[in-house]
Amino acid sequence: MAELGPVLEVLLGGLMSGVLYALVALGFVLIFKASGVFNFAQGAMVLFAALSLVRLSEWLPFPLAFLLTIVIMIAVAWAVERLVLRPLVGQHGLILFMATIGVTFFLDGFGQTIWGSNVYQLDLGIPASPWFLLENVFPGGILVSPIDVFAAAIAGSLVLALSIFFHSTKIGRALRAVADDHQAAQSVGIPLNQIWLIVWSTAGIVALVAGMAWGSKLGVQFSLSLVALKALPVLILGGLTSIPGAIVGGLVVGAGEKLAELYIGPLIGGGIEYWFAYVLALAVLLVRPQGLFGEKIIERV
Amino acid sequence: MALAAVPESPRESLTSAPPRRARRIGEVLLAVENISLRFGGVRALSNVSFDIRKGEIRAIIGPNGAGKSSMLNVINGFYHPQEGRILWKGQARARMRPHEAAKGGIARTFQNIALFKGMSTLDNIMTGRILKMRASFLEQALWIGRGRSEELRERAFVERIIDFLEISHIRHTPVGKLPYGLQKRVELARALAMEPELLLLDEPMAGMNLEEKEDMCRFVLDVNEEFGTTVALIEHDMSVVMDISDRVVVLDYGKLLADGTPEEVRNDPAVIEAYLGVSHG
Amino acid sequence: MIYRETGQFRTSYAEDQAIFRLRQDKIGIAVILAIAWVGIPLLADEYLLRAILIPFLILSVAAIGLNLLLGYCGQISLGTGAFMAVGAYAAYNLALRVPGSPLLLDFLLAGLVAAAVGVLFGLPSLRIKGLYLAVATLAAQFFADWAFLRVPWFTNYTPSGSVTAPRLDFFGWVVDTPLEKYWLCLAFACVIALLAKNLVRSRIGRSWMAIRDMDIAAEIIGIRPMTAKLSAFAVSSFVAGLAGVLWAFVHLGSWEPLAFSIDMSFRLLFMVIIGGMGSILGSFLGAAFITVLPIFLNQVPAMIGIQLSTAMVSHLEFMIFGTLIVLFLIWEPHGLARLWQIGKEKMRLWPFPY
Repeated sequence: MAELGPVLEVLLGGLMSGVLYALVALGFVLIFKASGVFNFAQGAMVLFAALSLVRLSEWLPFPLAFLLTIVIMIAVAWAVERLVLRPLVGQHGLILFMATIGVTFFLDGFGQTIWGSNVYQLDLGIPASPWFLLENVFPGGILVSPIDVFAAAIAGSLVLALSIFFHSTKIGRALRAVADDHQAAQSVGIPLNQIWLIVWSTAGIVALVAGMAWGSKLGVQFSLSLVALKALPVLILGGLTSIPGAIVGGLVVGAGEKLAELYIGPLIGGGIEYWFAYVLALAVLLVRPQGLFGEKIIERV
Repeated sequence: MALAAVPESPRESLTSAPPRRARRIGEVLLAVENISLRFGGVRALSNVSFDIRKGEIRAIIGPNGAGKSSMLNVINGFYHPQEGRILWKGQARARMRPHEAAKGGIARTFQNIALFKGMSTLDNIMTGRILKMRASFLEQALWIGRGRSEELRERAFVERIIDFLEISHIRHTPVGKLPYGLQKRVELARALAMEPELLLLDEPMAGMNLEEKEDMCRFVLDVNEEFGTTVALIEHDMSVVMDISDRVVVLDYGKLLADGTPEEVRNDPAVIEAYLGVSHG
Repeated sequence: MIYRETGQFRTSYAEDQAIFRLRQDKIGIAVILAIAWVGIPLLADEYLLRAILIPFLILSVAAIGLNLLLGYCGQISLGTGAFMAVGAYAAYNLALRVPGSPLLLDFLLAGLVAAAVGVLFGLPSLRIKGLYLAVATLAAQFFADWAFLRVPWFTNYTPSGSVTAPRLDFFGWVVDTPLEKYWLCLAFACVIALLAKNLVRSRIGRSWMAIRDMDIAAEIIGIRPMTAKLSAFAVSSFVAGLAGVLWAFVHLGSWEPLAFSIDMSFRLLFMVIIGGMGSILGSFLGAAFITVLPIFLNQVPAMIGIQLSTAMVSHLEFMIFGTLIVLFLIWEPHGLARLWQIGKEKMRLWPFPY
């Protein structure tokens, strides 16, 4: 039992950051489902949202700053839809993907130009001192960070909210119709442009939540944009079109990389967290290209 | 590849073509036997058998969704039927990929043009010669030996096809910029460049006006006569089918409905019923 | 001299297939080569050679490598930096562990090692398309970053992790002045550009482009997708690997894994998009643009009296890159190279535009 304590601690920590990966991956999935665009800029949106929130809350009450940031993210979504996606509609997926790389760099540069590029502390009023759980089972207990728990909780509620949104509202049904078949959806009168705007706005809000969670953990800084790169293998693992896939993929990557670091890391020099998720995703790609939860792609000639 | 014997129009060719071609039609080139193809629960083809003889023009007709394109995709190696077998020159063919079918001498065009949009007409047709080229990597990189000589040789070959199909004016134009009718012709040119033994044409005249159709008919007949290429084509325009084909296969709901000369098929009661009973375009 | 093709009739296919078809183009390239080989060495100072021209030439080579893969074969790579790193460290280890081996041979072998690694990470491209491939190549990037940082054998157990290139001795020609280095890079750039151009106008290049434009149609004309894609990965990574060797040995002299980070991969991607996908000339134009822009941003605002902080310059750079990428993808996916073509076309018809 004594050795199990630290392992559980590592596992729990991994699962917690897995939730955060899942949160970023969720934004990707939303956009990919509705518009078939692989949005590389999701990470930049996380950074941009977090920067906006943290700087606005310096001179506005927090709830107001929060609302204003949502408005800003909707404006970003609108601009991306208008200026980037609409002119490129019908283009090859690769072109759209590269365009979102362009958006990534623009947003990273723009965000840091107007909001600054220091490390900003995002204080959400959560106690920083760790909690110790199960102290009577394991010596010293299991160390859990309240910020992680908080992040996991908001991620969980966000996923729940999105599921309800997708399954029980009219807009949600329209979104699913668009995801299934663009042309068919258009022919029954679902306006594609509005749907895209809604989806990108939703992804913007998801980015804001992800930004808050990561930002309160790491501080709001440029490296948040790189978190998105960790979300890519999560997507591959879970399948590009599956929301449950994003969650499970996130948890698998989060827990997997921490455990791999613990067990395999010391054998080959350490720091394998850096690439573990990618190599895992690569292995999945070779065996099951559509991911764990993705729909099998049937190619028609 | 003399063009002297080119008839003025397909209509004119009709009077003389059937008896002349009948003599040239040889042994069975390709036979499909009891082919059944399913996608999940949907049966696209059930128990279809027919053959294609060397040198003939074979039409495959039927209402929309009858399984015509699926049949070509089976012959061509895109789909693998759950049941039945394919005999190529009398030999049962193992499961093969499209590029292997190409190597075996089967070329095709698609209903929705499948050209390489970013390349010029010339380069598109040159891709049809890829299987004929042998230059090693270094010869290509250094533009020496076969790397250079093959390019010149194949260019000369391709230029003959360009002349034959009357597309020399668009030689250097990117195909994405060409009108629909010309794109269809470039696609035919690319298939011809492969010097196939069997040429599969999926609705080569769809969406064309009368003049373009007549041109295309003429090209198909010429290809068949000049190079002795066996042609299997899917076509909706009945007058075209009756005019140019030697034998016709009729598919309906994935089943073989009739198989015979245009005359026989036209008078087949089952075919008449299927065509009168089903509205189609 | 007016840019005209009047009176120049191509009487053989060989003439029609030449790289430079018009007499004016032939003269043009001759002038450019003369300037590059003789003019610049006479005029350029050490700073220009060291800070601009040498990096420009090496990055052009790397951009050609990526362009072969992305622009010609349609396979995206976000890991070009990794393949450059493989080349650099392979050459370092070859030179170190096989004493007396000719340096040029080490360079070429290093390219082959990079090609092998490229093929390895290109394998997923057989089962997956476009976007997934981005992830596979990112995996190469992160794995290479880690391996050269954490596996001490690659860096010969140097405590700092930074390694130094050996003396550049090519069969007795010791390359140590900036001018000699410039000539060396220029020679590599010219040779690689020529070989790449030959490849893309041959069978192999056409099969790459066929896969790029429509893989299904490529298969029916007998192209094996596996051969086409993996050969593109191999050639592309070979060229990138060679560029990596030059970057490390000639430009940097001593380097750390950070020199080939994901930042490098993205820069190369931008060069290809802005310069022109599917164009060898575009690779040079893109490399020139991306090399010069930061210098321009650093110096021009200062000249007109605006002081920009280093951070601001880098943010501006990000924004300009991002905007240009989107604009080029929307308006001219064939990049600067296509704009150059259009310009020439206009000149050919001038002054009668129709």
